[in-house]
Amino acid sequence: MTWTVQNLWLIPALPLLAAGVTALLKQRHRTLAASLAIGSMVVAFFLACSAFAQTLGGHGEGDAALRQVFNFPWFQLGTGSLKIGWVLDPLTASMLVMVTFVSTLIFIYSVGYMAHDENFTRFFTFLALFAAAMLGLVIANNLLMLFMCWELVGLASYLLIGFWYHKPSAAAAAKKAFITTRIGDVGFFIGLLWLYSETGTLLFYDGGNGCLEQSALAKLVGTSVAGGMAVSTAISLLIFCGAVGKSGQVPLHVWLPDAMEGPTPVSALIHAATMVAAGVFLMARVFPLLADPTSTAREVVTWVGAITAIFAALVAVAQTDIKRILAYSTVSQLGFMFIGLGAGGVAVGMFHLLTHAFFKALLFLGAGSVIHGCHEEQDIRRMGGLRKYMPVTFATYAIGMMALSGVPLLFSGFWSKDEILHSALAWSPSKIPFVLGLVGAFLTAFYMTRQMWFVFFGKPAIAPAVTGSKAAGHGSTQLHGVEAHESPGLMTMPLVILAVCAVLLSVVGTPAWPWLESYLNGQAAIWNFDRLLESGTLVTMIISAIVAGAGIATGWIAYSRPGAVVADLDPLARTFPRLFRILENRFFIDELYQATVIRLTAMLGLASHWMDRLVWGGVVEAVSWIMLGVAWVNRFLDENVVNGGFDGACDSVRGSSRLASRFQGGQVQAYLKVIAIGLVVLTIFALWGWRS
Amino acid sequence: MSSLPLISILTLVPILGGIAILLFGAGRNTAKHIALGSSAVAGLLAIVLWTSFDPALKQLQFVERHLWLPSMGIEYFVGIDGLGLVMVLLAAIVVPFAIAATGEITDRPQLHFALQLFLQAGLFGSFTALNFFHWFIFWELSLIPAFFLVKLWGGPNRTSAAYQFFVYTLVGSVAMLLAFLALYAASGTFDFIQLAELSRNGTLMTSVTSKLHWPGVLPEHVPMILFAGAFLGFAVKVPVVPFHTWLPATYSEAPTSVSMVLTGAMSKMGVYGFLRIVLPIFPHEMNAALPVLMWLAVATILASSFAALAQQDLKRIVAYSSINHLGYCLLGIFAVAKLSATGAASELEKTTALNGVVLQMFNHGITAAALFCFVGLIESRSGGARSLSDFGGLRKVAPVFCGLMGITLFSSIGLPGLNGFVGEFLIFKGAFGIEKIPTAVSALGLLVTAVFFLGILQRVWSGPLASRWPAFPDLTTREKFLVAPVIVLMFVLGVCPQLLIGLFNGTMTQLTQHLKF
Repeated sequence: MTWTVQNLWLIPALPLLAAGVTALLKQRHRTLAASLAIGSMVVAFFLACSAFAQTLGGHGEGDAALRQVFNFPWFQLGTGSLKIGWVLDPLTASMLVMVTFVSTLIFIYSVGYMAHDENFTRFFTFLALFAAAMLGLVIANNLLMLFMCWELVGLASYLLIGFWYHKPSAAAAAKKAFITTRIGDVGFFIGLLWLYSETGTLLFYDGGNGCLEQSALAKLVGTSVAGGMAVSTAISLLIFCGAVGKSGQVPLHVWLPDAMEGPTPVSALIHAATMVAAGVFLMARVFPLLADPTSTAREVVTWVGAITAIFAALVAVAQTDIKRILAYSTVSQLGFMFIGLGAGGVAVGMFHLLTHAFFKALLFLGAGSVIHGCHEEQDIRRMGGLRKYMPVTFATYAIGMMALSGVPLLFSGFWSKDEILHSALAWSPSKIPFVLGLVGAFLTAFYMTRQMWFVFFGKPAIAPAVTGSKAAGHGSTQLHGVEAHESPGLMTMPLVILAVCAVLLSVVGTPAWPWLESYLNGQAAIWNFDRLLESGTLVTMIISAIVAGAGIATGWIAYSRPGAVVADLDPLARTFPRLFRILENRFFIDELYQATVIRLTAMLGLASHWMDRLVWGGVVEAVSWIMLGVAWVNRFLDENVVNGGFDGACDSVRGSSRLASRFQGGQVQAYLKVIAIGLVVLTIFALWGWRS
Repeated sequence: MSSLPLISILTLVPILGGIAILLFGAGRNTAKHIALGSSAVAGLLAIVLWTSFDPALKQLQFVERHLWLPSMGIEYFVGIDGLGLVMVLLAAIVVPFAIAATGEITDRPQLHFALQLFLQAGLFGSFTALNFFHWFIFWELSLIPAFFLVKLWGGPNRTSAAYQFFVYTLVGSVAMLLAFLALYAASGTFDFIQLAELSRNGTLMTSVTSKLHWPGVLPEHVPMILFAGAFLGFAVKVPVVPFHTWLPATYSEAPTSVSMVLTGAMSKMGVYGFLRIVLPIFPHEMNAALPVLMWLAVATILASSFAALAQQDLKRIVAYSSINHLGYCLLGIFAVAKLSATGAASELEKTTALNGVVLQMFNHGITAAALFCFVGLIESRSGGARSLSDFGGLRKVAPVFCGLMGITLFSSIGLPGLNGFVGEFLIFKGAFGIEKIPTAVSALGLLVTAVFFLGILQRVWSGPLASRWPAFPDLTTREKFLVAPVIVLMFVLGVCPQLLIGLFNGTMTQLTQHLKF
């Protein structure tokens, strides 16, 4: 075992240490806090790269040769112990590099974005905590350890969504995010317990004894539960519940758009690039459980992904908040990843996860730059023409937009989405996910064009200072009367780097050289240009290129026509007013939940409360009245019969004091007497029963 | 091992401390200082017990055994195993924490602090006694100071709360007393260890059915009746729904420091009783009643967590959450009583569940005590207001307070990395392997807990600063030092649960091995 594997724990431990130290710093130590957080991430990045390099050798020897684990006992349990540990394999290594790289850039960007925030130091504490938890999740070789880190990223997400805690909406969104994802986590937790009780271990890989290794899998697939479902399927469906929550899949997607209440770097890092992808990563990690292509679990994953992909894309079309559009887009793209995972396997889902991480982080940071430049305006209808004032943001945003829309050949998003559509087309149970995916892809191109047009083209709604006085005449479309400006270099530099990645990442996953797929499967990648021209591949490529082109063209035509947008009214809203209203209101899902689940919970709460008050409380009341009655009878007998003769004389002497004491602790004494008498009677009874 | 009667000394220290307060504690703050000093001595003794305890020895340690009333089978018999040690440690931590957190007492301070120490003596005694008679004295002894602490220094409805508490617990105690008298009548012993031994080889219930003839009761029903009596005693103390309604009233009316001890240590006496007494003596009866018991545990977990959702009073929320958390302990204990195929796998599940139960008891003890302490600090700053709707946005003016209380709330929610998680995980892990459906349903409680605790964070600490509290003071240095040890403990036990599990894993393994059906 190499030094890197043995010390893989340093990768999450460094940011954790940074989080611990900055948590104790006073607010004024801004520079120190930021440098600690960024420094720890840079070191973690280099460690991740060295770990990545480790996994590059040994191609062609299959997947086991590439996997190195380090396990150790955490605590004693019965005659054995519970072991945790970490694993280094291509899946872990590729995630490590992506997470540390994107995080480092976003940390740097945050220095600029959060410069004026009074809780700057705390912000970096939470960011570092998040990175630590996420990296711990990635290296975990034990489902329990993964679950623990999973909960901790949930905590970091909670803290960061609610970072501007004085805003009630932010506080509510933070709570909603934590609770909604925890609903899924309950399923995950039960799945985990079940897996543990079936296999007796939660270590993924343990030299043949792990729960994802041959002997355990054979047992899981072989056993079936009621209804004939294999245990492995039931367990993977339960674990998938957790993924649905964390990755914002229907029906637990409601928290993710609200999470945009957090500062924009948070949205970029957590709610677009990394944490929300943890659900996809989780399913990729436990993929051996659902490796059987005919497994129901895979069908469920694919269908949930397909429904989410189209649902969220539809909603995104009618949103007006720049970050919410991206949020729904994220939900939709995560759906694509699940289609890929379900229909195509780990490599297909992971490829889109990795490319999406870069271009979605880019888009969010770009959106942050726009918001920053427009003085905290987030409504795209109040922007416009920004390409002139924010050229770098515009150029990089355009690259991100084209990658997301799937513009052919040059952009990574095209290749990864193409892989997904290709595998959906080849999926035997049904072709509907493929069709839904295509429509989703079309809508993606459409809403991104719509957003581009509103923000960067069109009529400048925010006038630069020189034209400020003239623009003031427009009144409603002019914002604050202040100048839109390009963001500082600290913020644009990460944009440029991410934009380069959004393009370059194409090379690792084209059909001609499917390096990533081979890498994840532990094989050597072979260059074969002909694969590009195989009929299936080529057809999908052409279809998806046409779909992307059509989406962009439709969007451009719909919005760029002069007079397309009148008085903030979207052309779609004019053409399809009722449909638009439904989309704008996100299919009224939040309202539905409000009226059902949330109301039901509140009612159960009240029911339990009144049950205590009336039913149980009533019984207690009745019992205590009966006891009180007995006590009074007893006291009467006590005073008049038992003590009558003896106490009679003394009563006049100590009368008052005795009465007083009776009333102070008297009732307790009365109870005690009743009980004592009862005791004597029952003891006699018991002893009598014994003798006879 | 020293030959000193350490356990007797440990129990005696708080009693002597209490007497000293009554005699010499008249000066301002003198009473509190003596109380702190005495509980510090007890704490040191507990540490001595801890360090000289050998977890590898699977037997009772520091045993003291003297004849008391030989004609009635009554002995002075004390000793600790892993379970007893952890409970002693808990009582040694929670009581000084509560004494230190006690605010200014103007009304009869001497009596107040003396009662707190007597309560500690009751706790030490009942966690170490191994003869029913002697144990029962301490069990009741702890009840009386608690009653007066609530009755004399509690909130506006203290009288009714104190009586409810007293009557409820007493009814339970009497039922239990009768059950044990009957057991004595049948077996001739009050010794827990011996009773468990007799139960294990099957002679206990044979002699019960053959020797106790109660008119109108079939002999084969007698063991079940005895079990019901013993069960009731502990069920009230834990409490098990529906014997729980005394708890929210008592915890919310009791002064903060008393709530801390009630929830931190006294509520554990019930769970401890189930582990030490009910499970080893009545395993067959528990097994026969298993479906009822399992669903009682589920009802305890769910009803209490949902009831907490409907509360506005911070103390009542914490009180209900306390029922909820001990409900998980019940789930673990009851599941263990299931008659299952003997074998390493099933024994492991049971040991896991029991380890989780003990860990949960300790963790809940410190976390819930800390939560009550925080609520008390809020109450003392707000002049008695402690409803969710009274506050808002306090994080802005009291960030440290918010941070530390937030950590405690998350510990109670069961966030991994803090102490609450491992115990709950082990309970669920063990119970799930034995009884799948009730355990899975109980997991819903984990979700609801998060809802009401995050509600506190949202409504008290977030949002715009409520105009009533423009200058809500943050924690003072003294208060930071008060809570710091417990907060540190939460992190340490969250990361390194072995520190505790190592102490009682052997005891719990042995307990499961002894559970023969």
